[in-house]
Order: sequence, then structure tokens, then C-alpha cells
Amino acid sequence: MILFEALYVAPPALTAQAPILVIAGPLIGACAAALSPGGRTAWVVSVLTAVFALWMAVAVAGEVAREGAIDYALGGFAPPMGIALRIDALGATMALLIASVGLMGALYSGHALESEVRAEKRTLFQSGYLVCLAGFLGLVLTGDAFNAFVFLEVSSIGTYALVAVGEARDRRALPAAFNYLIFGTVGATLYVLGVGFLYAATGTLNLADMAPRLAALGDNSAVQAGLAFIVAGLGVKAAMFPLHGWLLGAYAGAPSLVSVFLAATATKAAIYLIIRFVFGVFPEGEFGENFLRWILAPLAAAAVIICSMQAIFEREVRRILAFSSVAQVGFILLGASLATTAGLSAGVFYLVAHALMKGALFMAVGAFAISVRARTVEDFSGIAREAPWSAAAFAVGAASLVGAPLTMGFLAKWSLVSSALQAGEIWIVVVLAIGSLLTLIYVGRILEAMFFRAPVRGAERASEAPVGVLVPLFVFSGLSLWFGVDATLPASLANASASVLMGEAP
Amino acid sequence: MSSGELLILLALALPLFSAAVSYAVGRMPDVRETLMLVACVGLCIITISMFMRVGAGDAPEMVIAQPMPGLEIAFRVEPLGALFAVMASVLWAVNSLFSIGYMRGAREANQTRFYMCFALAMFGVMGVAMAANLFTLFIFYELLTLATYPLVTHKGNEAARRAGRIYLGTLVGASVVLFLPGIIGVASVAGSTTFTPGGLLPGTTSTVIANVLLLLLVFGAAKAALIPLHRWLPEAMVAPAPVSALLHAVAVVKAGVFAILKISAYIFGPELITALPAATWILWLAAATIVISSLVALSKDDLKARLAWSTVGQLAYITSAAMLPFASGLVAGGLHMVVHAVAKITLFMCAGAIYVATGAVKVSEMGGAGRRMPILFTFLFMASLSVIGLPPMGGMWSKFLLVDASFGSGEWLTATAMIVSSLLSVAYFLPVAFNALFAPAGVKGPEFTRPGGAPGTVLTAAGVTAIGCLGLFIAAEFIANYLEPLGAFTLIEVAP
Repeated sequence: MILFEALYVAPPALTAQAPILVIAGPLIGACAAALSPGGRTAWVVSVLTAVFALWMAVAVAGEVAREGAIDYALGGFAPPMGIALRIDALGATMALLIASVGLMGALYSGHALESEVRAEKRTLFQSGYLVCLAGFLGLVLTGDAFNAFVFLEVSSIGTYALVAVGEARDRRALPAAFNYLIFGTVGATLYVLGVGFLYAATGTLNLADMAPRLAALGDNSAVQAGLAFIVAGLGVKAAMFPLHGWLLGAYAGAPSLVSVFLAATATKAAIYLIIRFVFGVFPEGEFGENFLRWILAPLAAAAVIICSMQAIFEREVRRILAFSSVAQVGFILLGASLATTAGLSAGVFYLVAHALMKGALFMAVGAFAISVRARTVEDFSGIAREAPWSAAAFAVGAASLVGAPLTMGFLAKWSLVSSALQAGEIWIVVVLAIGSLLTLIYVGRILEAMFFRAPVRGAERASEAPVGVLVPLFVFSGLSLWFGVDATLPASLANASASVLMGEAP
Repeated sequence: MSSGELLILLALALPLFSAAVSYAVGRMPDVRETLMLVACVGLCIITISMFMRVGAGDAPEMVIAQPMPGLEIAFRVEPLGALFAVMASVLWAVNSLFSIGYMRGAREANQTRFYMCFALAMFGVMGVAMAANLFTLFIFYELLTLATYPLVTHKGNEAARRAGRIYLGTLVGASVVLFLPGIIGVASVAGSTTFTPGGLLPGTTSTVIANVLLLLLVFGAAKAALIPLHRWLPEAMVAPAPVSALLHAVAVVKAGVFAILKISAYIFGPELITALPAATWILWLAAATIVISSLVALSKDDLKARLAWSTVGQLAYITSAAMLPFASGLVAGGLHMVVHAVAKITLFMCAGAIYVATGAVKVSEMGGAGRRMPILFTFLFMASLSVIGLPPMGGMWSKFLLVDASFGSGEWLTATAMIVSSLLSVAYFLPVAFNALFAPAGVKGPEFTRPGGAPGTVLTAAGVTAIGCLGLFIAAEFIANYLEPLGAFTLIEVAP
């Protein structure tokens, strides 16, 4: 966080209101986008809003770096009565990540929508996109359990619609969106039930207030049931194995922009909330340890192994990437399940790395989709000759996914493995090694087709994507490379987040 | 920037530059190949001057970047690395000469891609040679794998693709599952991965963990082709002869054993290696590899396959050397690395020349071929002698030192395996040259399919390395002395 300390990007009066502006900006932008006369105008609104959100997120991060943690009482009503935003290093990191991805996605949407979304839907699409952005940003900034539920629903309703818009390209998007709606609603219901249990036990919804009260309660079965509900509910949203059924259809069917945005932010925000509850709210004790050791870690390991295997046997590129996302969520949760500062730091670092690499991968697939209807691995044969820049960016993302040296993915795997070794969990190291090998197999298959196979005879010819698509694509893959050589920024953010969670810093 | 840093940067930049230039002027083969030869000669000058500086005790070093604490991309040239760099760059130059003749003679397609990947592979080799820590070594080691993959699959047919899959699968798979966890293990035990004279690990960890790490690292370096991770090497022989010659006799496989030598000398250190039972297990496995591969080589009729299996065995010699309890093994291993490289590249270039001239690939087709190509088969004969370990060739000294070191440290099994395999190699190498040169009067030998036989550049290249085998007979002592710091650092204080 040290890097942000000297960062004053906005006047003090604006900085003081930045926490709410991060959320309110996209919400207002969503209205403006919905009212705009055409797709182009909506796109401009979307980009401007995303720039504003990122600006405010940086301002918040600077403030957090200086102050430690910010409490922002909404409407001036002090908690525990009023709703409060509470932003610490972890929240600020997540907000930065989401706002950056949001901006890249908005830039990218200028061209990408033209091939994937019906013309009359584009204004509403941009509006939905901004609603999602507001929801995810709110989710990571809020300090209130019920308010988190509200933001979860705000973002989810947006994403259901966005996934369904993919029907212009692939009719399977409609059942996928419905499927997602059912899954997501069940998840949200479970979450709100869990929050209800906690409220009944403690009489507060404010997370910071809840933690000491839960600690005072000791072993309480209502609280433990609450945790179970919350983790199960959020697990659906985070695509935690085996609750990931919705993700495949949603990622594969949605417009590529939505896949980018969901892969890089949606599951990440839910993981954030799980980590926040498990480490920040629930008291330390035998129950929590057993939960991490016997539930979370084995499920995460199963995700790594099983979903990677499924990815190997899958033919469609988008579905391979979707399976891979579930497996990668497993990697992140394995890091968190170590319950050490190093493990959490590795988990957060991996989370950022995965957001960047998956963003690049889905974006590259979208860039190909602009000119050609490629779906299976065979369809991508020889595409590197026709669209070399997009293919190169895809290759960088893929290298990072595999964990090739000099990419961020490598450092992420490195810190994960070394934290597992420090904690003495050799089996996790074994799982990670096997998972990496499996990743290599399915990624290698795609890359071999793209770079080393001749195009299928009679197939459509792809052409290079326009500059407007290449720029955000290169930002994602460029960051994957840059942070692979100099990881000071993400590593310091991850370390600060981990020490907040472990209670070593405010 | 000091002159040492400049040397390191140049050694890395020149192959990269050569790759870029090959791409840029790919349409003009003559310009492309001339510039490549210029780059080769330049690299030789750089590595030799680095070699001199290291010999004078002024090791060039440089830190490029530090992605995370304890994780540096850094270079430091020590005697073994300097020797490896000189060996690789000189042989690259010779091999380039050979490539030009071979690729034109055999009318191979995609020559620009071929030369680009070759130069990129050399970039990887230079990085491996100069790496100051395991992390840096790993990066360039992987780069070498990736850069050589398009070379293995160069022919583009189903057999080549299959070989490519096995190649990539074995090498990268072993790296991800064994090598990398081993490196991370070293980093988490010792706090860094820097190559330290005398060993990085002694005093930091228990014997059990050190055993596990040694097994992970030695098997992870699958380029050393220790059984059961040897499959990729015979498979990779589908590649054109220059690839087999430089990469699968010199650069790639030697990068594997070089990594093992470095790990033994600078990560574990001779004292810890002596104390580890895992080192003895690896010695047994290496002994088995030596004998088995010689027997398989005996059964192969395809000349390149025979050479490949012989390489598997010879690599196991060097792996054994790295695992021997006394540091004298390291010197013998380093010497054998060089001697074998020079001899094996000669053999592969001869095999390539025979193929270009007559189309023959099987040993059984080569009876009497020496009548048409007496000089070529003389070169082949000289190199065979060196691999077998007979005077007056360099191979004699390295085998002598290896067997001596094995006996000296009481490893009878290893010594016996080496002697048995030498006898077997007499049986599988000498008949090739003898049948070709001294065939009975009735045997005609294969006709030239290319008018004029092997191209001149090909013959010149093979001649240079064949004479190199002779030269090493004289230079062996110099090299062994040069490597002395490697073995003696437990007796003489060496600054870290």
C-alpha cells in the first residue's frame, strides 16, 4: 500500500466523499446510459463513468494507505444504526481491481458489442454493465452484512440480463442465463438466511461490530449454522466447487465482454466476501479451523483436480476457460485455507493474477469472435497467422495461467507453493503441482491449435481485431507480464490485505 | 555499466539479435546466413573473453530484476558456466556452417523459422550457462524447451507432431511437477536459490528434506534424460540433423546435466551430497541407465537412433559424476560434458552428411559407403573413438577421470557400469566405421543421391569438430585445471 500513500489524485473534499462516489458514479451512469439515444453515446457514457469510478477508487486507495481504514457513514447515520462503508486494504485492493477491469471492459465494449449484441439492446446493455459495476464495487466496499446482500443482488440482476443478451451469438445463452438466475437466487437466499442467523445471535448487521460480539458468544451452533449458510450461499456466487454448475453456461454463452467481466470480477467479489467473513468476522477457534481444513481445502483441491480434468476433455474454447476458472478459484481458496498471512497474501495475489490473465484470455477470444465464429479448439486452428496480435495476447494470458516464469501467474503459484510449504501442508503442494500440469495440458492444446496447426480447409478466415479491442487486451496481458517481472504493486497490496485479515493491521 | 555486465548483456543480446535479423531478412537466404555466421563468431569472442576473465578470477555478474524478495533474475559466470558457454557458442558456430549446407542440400522448408528458433535456443543456453541462481536457470531452461519445440516438429508430419508432444510433455511436465516444486522447496528452506560455492543447503535443513529436494531437482531436470524420463530424446530424432547435432547432443541435453552439476556443486555441495542416501539411489539408477541404454543402442539399426541412445548413456555418466561423494567427480563430469559434446556433434553431423549425400539412414545400408566418402567416415571413426574413450582422443581422459573418481569413492557399481558400457560402445560404434571403410570387395555401398556427395560446408564442419576431439586429448588437462575451483572449494576458501 506504501505506493499509494503519496497519491493525492483528487481534492480533499472530493476524496472525503470518494467511497460513496465509487458506487454512486456507476449507478448514475447506468441511468444516463439507459436514457442515451444510441449505442455509441451509451458507450461514451460507460467509458466516462468507468474512468470516474477508477479515479475515485484510486482516491480511496490513497486514503486507505494513509489512514489504515476508512469508515464512511451513509447519510451521516452512525453505525450500528446507520449503514456504513468500511474500506481497508483488502477492500481497496478489490475496488481497484474491479474498477480497472470495469474500465478495460468498457473500452473494449465499443467494438466487441457490434458483433455480439443486437443493435437495439446496446444502450440497455451498457446500462446493465454499469449496474453490475456499481454492485460489485459496493459489495467490496460495504461494511454491513445486509447491505452486502443488496449489492450482491444489484450486481446479480445486472449479470443475469447481460448473460441473456448473448443470445444474439449463441442461443444457449438464454437457458444459461435462466440457470444462472435460479442458482444465483438460491445462493443469495442462503446468504441472507445466514445473515439472519447472525443477526439473531448478535443483534447487529455491521461487520466490524459483529466480530467482537461473535467472539464473546464462543461456541454457538446458531452462529456456526450461519457461517455454513453464508459460505454455501456465497460459494454459489464464487463458483466454489461443487456449486459451479451455472458458471459454464454463463461464461460460454454470454457476450465476451460479460465473460471477461464475470471472470475477472464476479467470482472474485464473492471470494472476497467469503474470505472477509471467515477471517474478518468469525472468531478464531476449532470450528473455523476444522471448517477450513476439512471442508474448504478439500473442496478447493477437488476443484483444482476435477475441473482441470474436465477442461482437458472439453472441446469448446470458452467452456475450457470456464472450467479453468472454477479450477483457479480452487487455487485461490487453497491459499486462503492455509489460514496464515503468507497463505492469504498468496491467495489475494493469485486472485489479482487470475483476474488479469482470465480477462486477457476471454478478451482475446472475443477479439477473434469479431471476425470469425470459432467455437471449438479445431476452429481456432492456425488463427495466429490471421490475427497475430490477438493470438500473442492470448498466449501471454495462457502462459500466465500455466504459471510460466516471467508472468504474474508464475509468481502467484510460487508464493502459493512456498506458503503451503511454510505451513507444512505438503499435500497442497502436490495438488498445486498436479493442477499446474493439467492446466498445461488443456492450455497447450489450444495453443498448439492456434500456433502450430494449419487452418481447417474451407473455414472462415479470421482477421485482426480493431485497435479499440487490442488496447484493453494488451493492457491485460501487458500487466500480466509487467507484474511477472516487478510485482511490487500487487505484492504490497496482497500483503497489506492479508495482514488486515489476520488482524495484524487495522 | 562495468565491462563484466556488458559481456553478460552482449552474450544474451547477440542470439536474440540474430533471431530478429533472421526474421527481418528471411527472404534473402544469403544475407540471413551470412549475418547469422557473424553473430556466431561474435558470440564465440564474447564467451571466450568471459572464459578468460573467469579464469583470471574476475567473474562477471549482474542483477537484472527482482520480481519478489528472494527471487532474482541475476547472472554470475563461474568456471563451469563459462566452459559451458564457450562450448555451446563454438559448437553453434560450427553447427551453423553445417546447417547451411544441410538445410540447402536436403531442401528443407521454413528455413527462416528454423534459424530463428535456433538463435532463440542459443539465447536460452546462454541464460542457463550464466544464471546466478536456480530461478534464473529455470526461466532460461524452460525457454530452451519452448524454443526447440518448433525445431523438433520441423517436418510438420504426424510423426514429428507426436515426437513434439512427447518432447514438450516430458520436459515441461517434469519441470512443473518436479523441478519447480524442488526450486520452491530450496527457496523456502534456504531463503534464496543463489548458487553458493560449497553449497547453499548445508546447515539449513534436515537430511530427509534434502533427500526429497535432491530427487525432485535431479529428476526435474529431465533434459538429462535419466531413465525413466529419457523417452523424449530418441523421439526427438525426427528433427533435421543440425537440430539433433547441436540441440540433442549439445545444448538441450547438456543444459540438463549442466543444471545437475550446478545443483550438486552449488546447491547441495559435495559434503551434503556425500551424506545423502538419495545420491546413492540416483547413482544406482544412473548405472542402470548407462548399461540399458548401451544395450538398446546396440539393437538399433537407424544411425541417429543409435546415437541418441548412446547419448542417454553418456548423460548418465555425467549425472553419476555429479552424485559422486567426492568433488573430483564434478571436475570429471564437467570435462566429460565438453568432450562428449564435441564427439557427439561430430557423429550427428556425419550422420546428417551421409543422409544428404546418399539418403541412407540405417547402419546396414552404409556398408562400403566409405569408398565414396573416405574422409567423412574417418571423421566418424575419430569421434567414435572419443565416445568409446580410446586414445588419442579427449574421451579417454574424461572416462579415465570418471572411472577413477568412481573407484576412488568406492562406487564399484558405477565404475563397473561405465566399463561395461564402454565395451558395449565398442560393439555398437566401431562396426559402423569399419564396415563402411573396410567393406569386403563385393559390397558396393549406397549411390550418391545428391551430385557431388555431401556439401563442402558440411564436411568442413564435421572436420573441425573431429579434429577438436583430437585437440581435447591435449587440452583435457587445461580444462580440468580450469574446473579445479569447482572441486577444491572445500579445501581452499572461495569468496561467495
